Amino acid sequence: MGELTLIATPQSSYCARIQWTLKLKGVEYEFIEEDLLNKSPLLLESNPAYKKFPTILHEGKPLAESLIILEYIDQVWKHYPLLPHDPSDKAIARSSAKFADEKLIVEVWEAFKSEGEKKEKAIKAAVESLATVDKQIEGKKCFGGERIGYLDLVYGWLAHWLNVMEEVGGMKLLDKESFPSLHQ
Amino acid sequence: MADDQVKLHGSWVSLYSFRVIWALEIKGISYESIEEDFLYNKSQLLLQYNPVHKKIPVLVHGGKPVCESMIIVEYIEETWPHNPLLPRDPYERALARFWVKFVDDKGPAIWRMFKSRGKEHEKAKTESLEMLRTMEQHALGDKKFFGGDEIGIVDIAFGGFAYWLGVVEEVVGLKLFEDQAFPRLHAWSNDFKQVSVTKRNLPDPHRMLVFYKDVREKLLGFTSS
Repeated sequence: MGELTLIATPQSSYCARIQWTLKLKGVEYEFIEEDLLNKSPLLLESNPAYKKFPTILHEGKPLAESLIILEYIDQVWKHYPLLPHDPSDKAIARSSAKFADEKLIVEVWEAFKSEGEKKEKAIKAAVESLATVDKQIEGKKCFGGERIGYLDLVYGWLAHWLNVMEEVGGMKLLDKESFPSLHQ
Repeated sequence: MADDQVKLHGSWVSLYSFRVIWALEIKGISYESIEEDFLYNKSQLLLQYNPVHKKIPVLVHGGKPVCESMIIVEYIEETWPHNPLLPRDPYERALARFWVKFVDDKGPAIWRMFKSRGKEHEKAKTESLEMLRTMEQHALGDKKFFGGDEIGIVDIAFGGFAYWLGVVEEVVGLKLFEDQAFPRLHAWSNDFKQVSVTKRNLPDPHRMLVFYKDVREKLLGFTSS
């Protein structure tokens, strides 16, 4: 299927999404670690529009944006499909992912890095968004049902990064009582 | 059949609505158009279909709602695969989706430019120009359309912004999209407006001017030039 390279920083949750995806599909790849403060010429050449990670190179062809990379991998390596097959379910999954990346992550970051009234506002917004997410997973083991799917990869960072952000940022967003399904 | 009925909750002033209209028209899909007053008076049905974002457009197919203009376009593409809007090759598809996301990420700078003043306005202007430059140099290149010889998903995504930019320029009183600075995009824009589907489906420019002038006055509290 051709050589695949992942250019990213290991601390990034967006990078982790790609790594989890590749692992689930059993795809071999080369990992090039990049420094956020010192971007390599390879990255700048591969991703002139954004100059961000993660970026992949597949058979020399560059691609950026974690969700787009995720869908691409899902299409090229068809075993263990991640996105639902039905167009309506796919649309719902994509909507949810958009919500996750454009709203929830932004709110959590804001809550993390701000102070005072701004922080309070952001925490409130993030908690509301988490409630929406919690509803989506109610009664299910994974977003994808019995096994990990697209949305589990999208929201996966919650399981790992949120704890750290909560502790460092001095805020509590995801507690067991408010969000039983999500906590699980 | 009632099951297959397609309804579009949209608005004549919204470029996001038009993206869906163009996709439906390219595929020759019949649909019922429901006009929503999304700024001042959203219908109960809309709020029911899109409780999280409360936004248009919303496509309802067989009773099931789909939200977010480009997600709707992808849904249309998958449900009615004839007259494809996306390339077949997975890499080319991913590239097209990348540019669609880019347009959606950077495009709103045009709105920020429209509804702001001073430093914020200047910042939005710079961002809008940068977006145009990137589209001209990296996305379009030497092609007639972003989709190649025929319009595709990126043309649909960007087309709205390009057309609305003209209205914003006139209402705000500035010129960003100069033909000397963006020769390829200008040629693209003219070609895009000539494509039969878009030609038949663009809002009346005079009506839009009046509408947006009014919106800007209400937002900023002064009469625009």
